Amino acid sequence: MLNMINVDVTLEGDEGQVEVLKEINLTLEEKKIYVMTGPNGGGKSSIAKTIMGIYQPSGGQILLDGMDITNKGITERARLGIGYAFQMPPRFKGMKVRDMLTLASGSANLANQCDLLYDVGLCSQDYLDREINASFSGGELKRIEIASILARNLKVAVFDEPEAGIDLWSFQKLTETFENLNAKHNTTIVIISHQERILRLADQVIVVANGMIDEITGKEEILSEIERLDSECRCRQDCIKGGPENAECN
Amino acid sequence: MLSAIDKRLLEEVADLHEIPHGAFNIRKNGQGVSRNTTANIDIVTKKDKPGIDIIVKPGTKGESVHIPVILSEGLEDMVYNTFEIGAGADVFIVAGCGIHNPSGEKAQHDGIHEFFVRKDARMKYVEKHYGEGDGSGERVLNPKTIIEVEAGGVAELEMIQIKGVDRTKRDTEVRLHKNARLIVTERLLTYLDQTAESNITVEMVGEDSTAQVISRSVAQNDSQQLFHLNMRGYAKCRGHIQCDSIIMHQAQVSSIPEITAYHADAELIHEAAIGRIASEQLIKLMSLGLTEQEAEDTILQGFLK
Repeated sequence: MLNMINVDVTLEGDEGQVEVLKEINLTLEEKKIYVMTGPNGGGKSSIAKTIMGIYQPSGGQILLDGMDITNKGITERARLGIGYAFQMPPRFKGMKVRDMLTLASGSANLANQCDLLYDVGLCSQDYLDREINASFSGGELKRIEIASILARNLKVAVFDEPEAGIDLWSFQKLTETFENLNAKHNTTIVIISHQERILRLADQVIVVANGMIDEITGKEEILSEIERLDSECRCRQDCIKGGPENAECN
Repeated sequence: MLSAIDKRLLEEVADLHEIPHGAFNIRKNGQGVSRNTTANIDIVTKKDKPGIDIIVKPGTKGESVHIPVILSEGLEDMVYNTFEIGAGADVFIVAGCGIHNPSGEKAQHDGIHEFFVRKDARMKYVEKHYGEGDGSGERVLNPKTIIEVEAGGVAELEMIQIKGVDRTKRDTEVRLHKNARLIVTERLLTYLDQTAESNITVEMVGEDSTAQVISRSVAQNDSQQLFHLNMRGYAKCRGHIQCDSIIMHQAQVSSIPEITAYHADAELIHEAAIGRIASEQLIKLMSLGLTEQEAEDTILQGFLK
């Protein structure tokens, strides 16, 4: 389906060049759900952006269904069926939710738009005609962002920390939505997340650290590791379950 | 009587496809060409200078007035229009000027519009400016708008200039009395070497008056824009100015805020921002399959809507 072969990414930073990804080798298979996890700044979002074409590789190759897409831009990759839900989606003055969903799905079908909003736990009556401007909270913005990806018929959909800013009640809904997307469109899903409940959705878990893939493993291994850490450290019992190791206690 | 060009101009500035319903006055190349009045709305030609008086009877509800001006040749036109919106009335006024200038001569329309929005009346006023034509002659529009909103009255203004006007200088002066409300929406796009200047002064003289001015503009190519949005609070009042510009290419935008309070209970806010299109916005739309150009157009279209 999607292959990354020895992919390096070097970006121009304030203090010269920074190698953000090193020799990434990754194979994403059709219909599977992958959860990408690992420490902050480890390279998870960089992998997602490289898949979308936002970052161009300095080395290596990316294939989609066997086709070399290494040098294709964002637009072309989008048209080939790749989608990316931003970690921090931008706001748009003057653009309504309705407009965004129409752009995403290529149709202004109202019933469809209502379904999309329902899937992310928003009432279409309240939201379709609202502008995606500063009046949106972070959580609302994330939901619209997720809806804009659900609207498309994708081969590969990458969600960058979709649960950030989403309340617990909607969380259950969100996990169902991912499962449905996977089943309905045969979409391969990659979710960047640290949440145990999201990890439970995974067919495989990709651990990314220091700009490299640390390991690709099953969810049982990761979940039992979290279990072990949570039971061994008394301190962590007060922290967020499954939170980062060596987090400072309050 | 109206040519294909005239009809297109009317459509651009007044969304008119045919002769409108309700009261209207169409002015072409310095002459009134067509007029209709209703039982509640009278339109009278001024005797001392070019222009018309539009008189809306008190209590008139849900009626509209269209007063488009079109120029289809190089010509300098100047009008004085006076609007009397009677107490408790609720009306929709569409003005606007379209210029088709095929000549090498300058085509200029300067208008002085004076409004009296009487006690508890509501007025929505839409003014669109549009220019076209292959001639080298400049298309110039300089509107001056003076509005007095009496106690409890509401004035809502939409001032739009998206295409084809080479030079414009618009002056807008508003005085708000007790409980009066003003909402101004300004949309401006300039390109090539066009210049645009907008001066808006709002004086809040009455207690509990409120004013909101939202100006959005896009400056492209070598065009220049100057905004001077000014609010003065003489009583307990609330005012908010928001001035947002997208700058592109080698354009220049200058936004000069001025808020002055003459009363301790005046609350005035001025926000102004100038910047490029955010790259995150472009990337987001491109990741939905739009090209960079389509993404840019979509963002600008939304911003100026």
